[in-house]
Amino acid sequence: MIPVTVIGGYLGSGKTTLVNHLLRNANGVRLAVLVNEFGELAIDEDLIEAQADDVISIAGGCVCCSFGNDLTAALGNMAMMDPPPDHVLIESSGVAIPSSIVNSLVFMPAFRADGIVVLVDAETVQRSASDKYMGDTVTRQIADADIILLNKVDLAKAGALEATRAWLHIQNYAVRVVESIHGVVPPEIVLESFLVRARAGGKHIEPSHLDVMTIMPTGPVDARVLARALSDLSVGLVRAKGFVTQLDGTKALIQVVGRRFDVTDAKAEKADGIVCLGFKGLMSRETLEALV
Amino acid sequence: MTLTGIPSMTATTIFSAKKIITMNPSQPEVSHVAVREGRILGAGDLASLEAWGEYTLDDRFEDKILLPGFVEGHAHTMEGTLWRYVYCGFFDRMDPQGKSWGGLKSIDSVLDRLKDAEAKMVDPEEPLSGWALDPIYMGNRRVTRQDLDSVSSMRPIGVLHASGHILNVNSKALELAGLFKEGINHPGMPLGDDGIPTGELYGPETMTPVGVHVGFNRSLTDSDEKGLRDFGKLCVRTGVTTVTDLAARLEDSGVEAMLRVTGESTFPARVVPLKFFMGATAKETVDRALELKGKATDMCRLGRIKAIADGSIQGFSARMRWPGYHNGAPNGLWYTAPEQLEDLYRIALNANVQVHTHTNGDEATEMVLDTLGSVLKDVPHPDHRFTLQHCQLADAAQFRRMKALDMCVNLFANHHFYWGDEHYRLTVGPERALRMNACRTAIDTGVPMAIHSDAPVTPLGPLFTAWAAVNRITASGRTQGEREKIKVAEALKAITIGAAYTLHMDDEVGSIEVGKKADFAVLEDDPTQMSVEAIKDARVWGTVQGGRVFPAASL
Repeated sequence: MIPVTVIGGYLGSGKTTLVNHLLRNANGVRLAVLVNEFGELAIDEDLIEAQADDVISIAGGCVCCSFGNDLTAALGNMAMMDPPPDHVLIESSGVAIPSSIVNSLVFMPAFRADGIVVLVDAETVQRSASDKYMGDTVTRQIADADIILLNKVDLAKAGALEATRAWLHIQNYAVRVVESIHGVVPPEIVLESFLVRARAGGKHIEPSHLDVMTIMPTGPVDARVLARALSDLSVGLVRAKGFVTQLDGTKALIQVVGRRFDVTDAKAEKADGIVCLGFKGLMSRETLEALV
Repeated sequence: MTLTGIPSMTATTIFSAKKIITMNPSQPEVSHVAVREGRILGAGDLASLEAWGEYTLDDRFEDKILLPGFVEGHAHTMEGTLWRYVYCGFFDRMDPQGKSWGGLKSIDSVLDRLKDAEAKMVDPEEPLSGWALDPIYMGNRRVTRQDLDSVSSMRPIGVLHASGHILNVNSKALELAGLFKEGINHPGMPLGDDGIPTGELYGPETMTPVGVHVGFNRSLTDSDEKGLRDFGKLCVRTGVTTVTDLAARLEDSGVEAMLRVTGESTFPARVVPLKFFMGATAKETVDRALELKGKATDMCRLGRIKAIADGSIQGFSARMRWPGYHNGAPNGLWYTAPEQLEDLYRIALNANVQVHTHTNGDEATEMVLDTLGSVLKDVPHPDHRFTLQHCQLADAAQFRRMKALDMCVNLFANHHFYWGDEHYRLTVGPERALRMNACRTAIDTGVPMAIHSDAPVTPLGPLFTAWAAVNRITASGRTQGEREKIKVAEALKAITIGAAYTLHMDDEVGSIEVGKKADFAVLEDDPTQMSVEAIKDARVWGTVQGGRVFPAASL
């Protein structure tokens, strides 16, 4: 199944910049980006290899398609690509409710949800959230998020940032909030597909406030119990992915995106080990190892 | 279609009629109208027209009533395409061939009609599709896949609801879509006691993946050539000579097809397609509208834009001001952000492109008034005629703001009949239900007003629409909102010159006076002489469009 990440957030929160950043740092991961519309500046020009009506080919085997008002059809086309993309990224419209996009993946057996990443403008989000018309749309987007990218932190006034973070956790208690400037974040935060590759030696941007650790279970575990524990806010994880041996001897794949976790059967030959991406100072090896 | 027009377009024909209602206040009723080159040379009595020289007197309308050809300001030509599917509606409805399909009053009768259609199908795998189902009127019993399995378990079956927002399918269709299984977790796909989907699909994200297996593919919203020709027939049968296609994708192939069909000598209606603002930026959309404007013909008036601010009231997706939905449902969804609309309005006003905006809930209306109001301060644009479409919940204060901003409104009069009871009981409650589609307030406030069907959501038929605005009767027979009733003469104005005004076409159509298009609705009965409760039943003989005569009987 192809993982799908939904990038949400109100107009001007920096979704397009983030998408370009990810494409620029795709590093061999073949991304398919679905955008609601091709704006004038949807994709940085130097990334574009060729452009047909509603498909842009991008250096490194990535593509970008506009889906207009028919996301289902666009995803159907993605599934038929040969070879299929490694990861699909949906840049939702500024007024879209991200969970409704994720819900609709149920009908697309070729895909599975890899979480909702919502961008918010650190400087303006609280004002947008009290806007007469758009306020509830903005708070619904925030409530849907597994991960919030608190963007444009360079523009926020001193002290305001902490207040905004506190406010975000009131809107969505368990959400993981990652700060960024111009949407520059390690790709593995947004996309699980990067997580494992980053560990395999591919270069990636090392963020100052994030850390990556790999934990090795010492024996069989209850995968669901472990996954649930990893998704707890106090553990400090943004994402985790890896394989474990279950109590009955079978292999399981654990995927955690913020508060969301998923456990599926895996092939027997997979080696145990879970890659964890979390906040420096909050995620500790001792805590993680105590869980396994 | 038989064309029994005028031998030479340059010759003069004078039609005599029992009565010609002109919508020209200087001479509201006349007996004759002279036509030359597809236009009105003059209206009056025979003596006043003879001075134009040699003429042929055509008295075929001697016992008929002529009105200006009706202008439907909010419809979708896809109604023509839908008639290829089995009609499953509760109300009687006429198809393009003139056959009246009886309304079905129970789920069983719906299943019987589907069985009849099924029995005539040869290919055992061909999907069977129906439309216009509305279980609200059938005791609100849910239709299930098992119901449709009783029609056939071998072929995929899908029946689209009247609202267009719900699709019922059978087990075979679920199976083909890979959804005949347990464990589906989606708000738009309820599960039965057995854990398998019931076959009711809510919303496009559930309808699309299954719809392709039951004959409803995504091109449904675009009428094809046959669909457009069939739609033309419905226009003749309902007296319509100018009709909007309000929200078309208008891609190149669709535009070519539309230009081709509307250019046929037998096509009977002037089509006004509006480019849908969706999936492209404001600038791209306005550029496209300008490009299309360059391709416009007399019969296909390209070059306008339609935007959508919110969803629908009965679907609880309209944006409501406080106190929100009467049943406590959460507020609806924005389809377009204020910033995007602001961009669109600004660029469109500068480019002299007209925008119509769908609003249903009163918060959506308020947002458009705020947004356009602020843009107009920067870009003053006399006579812009930007129009609010549906605008069902606007209150008096909002109509006053529309007036102040020189906006027009096109109210959904038919909706009041079809869903008024639901609004009263469930969605907005009694008080706000009384003011929905406030035609009286619009007129009294001086907001230029049209009324519409939104076909295929409700049937095309301006006389019915006029009746709905005049009587405000709901499906259960209650009068809802006595105060917002309008007079027959006002309703007739709304479906002619009123709608023409919202399209910037009142200089060409909408009244019978010298210089205008020779577009007439030809009626057997005079709606101004009938009881107001009966005007929907005034019989339509056919139309004259651009001087060409289209009798409904010979379509």
